Amino acid sequence: MSGSLSLRNRINTVVRDIPRSGIRDFFDIVSTMKDVISLGIGEPDFDTPWHVRESTVFALERGATHYTSNLGYLELRKALSKYVSQNFGAEYNPESEILVTVGVSEALDLALRALINPGEEVLYHEPCYVSYRATILFAGGVPLAVETKAENGFRLTRAMLEAKCTPKTKVLMLNFPNNPTGAIMSRQDLEDIAAFARERDLIVITDEIYAELTYDTPHTSIVSLAGLKDRTIFLHGFSKAWAMTGFRLGYACGPAELIEAMMKVHQYTMLCASSLAQKAAIEALTRPDIDVGEMVAEYRRRRNYIASAFAEMGLECHRPLGAFYAFPSVAKFKLPAKDFAMKLLHEEKVAVVPGTAFGECGEGFVRCAYATNLDNIKEAMVRLKRFIGKL
Amino acid sequence: MDELLKLLQVNALESRENLARLLNLTVVEVDQRIAEYEKRGVIRGYQAVLNEDQLDLNKVTAVIEVKVTPSREGGFNPIAERISRFPEVRSAYLMSGAHDLLLFVEGRNLREVAAFVSERLSPLEGVLSTSTHFMLKTYKRLGVLMHQETTDERLSVTP
Repeated sequence: MSGSLSLRNRINTVVRDIPRSGIRDFFDIVSTMKDVISLGIGEPDFDTPWHVRESTVFALERGATHYTSNLGYLELRKALSKYVSQNFGAEYNPESEILVTVGVSEALDLALRALINPGEEVLYHEPCYVSYRATILFAGGVPLAVETKAENGFRLTRAMLEAKCTPKTKVLMLNFPNNPTGAIMSRQDLEDIAAFARERDLIVITDEIYAELTYDTPHTSIVSLAGLKDRTIFLHGFSKAWAMTGFRLGYACGPAELIEAMMKVHQYTMLCASSLAQKAAIEALTRPDIDVGEMVAEYRRRRNYIASAFAEMGLECHRPLGAFYAFPSVAKFKLPAKDFAMKLLHEEKVAVVPGTAFGECGEGFVRCAYATNLDNIKEAMVRLKRFIGKL
Repeated sequence: MDELLKLLQVNALESRENLARLLNLTVVEVDQRIAEYEKRGVIRGYQAVLNEDQLDLNKVTAVIEVKVTPSREGGFNPIAERISRFPEVRSAYLMSGAHDLLLFVEGRNLREVAAFVSERLSPLEGVLSTSTHFMLKTYKRLGVLMHQETTDERLSVTP
């Protein structure tokens, strides 16, 4: 069909050449099958806390259905300022240093578009969230992937960055606790990265969406380290810790000049985040310890369970320390990760995501999300054990 | 509260092996801790949480508020313990507010519960007055929703 061919040629070349997310392809297959136990879902299985949902209904009744300030409700920004200060060790002015966004994904896009001139480089680590590379390219940047390794607990080191960084590198993107590996960074690990960022004069974008979900040690944010707050855009949101993925609510904190630049892009494209989602977020911040604490305890037990089950069946996996993902190695079965996942899906009806969906260096791994109830996890482990016994 | 107790409260039938995996303990440690709780009387029994509305039972439950006179020795305890011993009384609590005791009483029918109140409970020395309410439907019991099934609205694979 020559018509569709000519349309294809009219699509922006960057957009045209970026492949669809591998996750989406995999979803299309899984969604046609019945009785699949999915360890492929990157969102909490908990319901949004009831008081948050109830107060959203109340907000709707009260008529909170209009545009809000471009930056977001001031009441929300004040609550965020307090929350970030208490939990991440950095003070942000709610008037000028916080921007409420449509999920962290929008915030990331805004940050990159606000910073990058064509051809400037962005350092990021793989395996990573599926959108990073695409978002950098959409912003006109040049993605520089740094591979993290299982033997190192998928942590990022200064040496890895030094090997890739050039004078054209402007931004360093971080995501710990990490999707898909479950890796975290200790304070000392971050000190090394922070020193590097200062020396090379890099802007740091840190996506800490899983910050509340660490299981053995508390989370440290790079913004709390000396000299980093002035060069860092801190991104966070409500999807994971409060199980509010569908609300699409995130936020960015950073130096006023950068927030102002991001606000301009946001103002002309999104205008503001959903008023109801913002009201929900205000309510969510009233009792984070209780809501989040309960969920973390449950994730920790599941993490323990899945780690024990992998060890018992001889599946090599670095201990997941944060987020809700385990990233075991399946390399010993001599199958590409995608084939392993497909075979597992067809033979035992367990869905895991091939590591390659998160970057080429995810080859040899699969992502198993433990954001699903324990009965499912138990059954999935029985099936997985049976499956690898036959390989 | 000990996480082991929380897990048992949700599912007392959870296997010792699974409890050990979940809590990063050995099976022997789990067994020891449970035995210790049972011995100390912290764990007083294991019961199934039933949705009795589905069972068509020949049974009614009444919630009874009771005003009593505390005794000089022992305060509310002697009378509360005395009342608690009746097998018809399924639960009994000492309350703040307008009444002293709150009882959950079961009987086969309304008349049987009425008979219990008028012939057993009210005549007890120290019982001043009672107020009986019959339960019509259970929506939630022991933290478990009785009628709403949970659904998973999530897509089967997401980033």
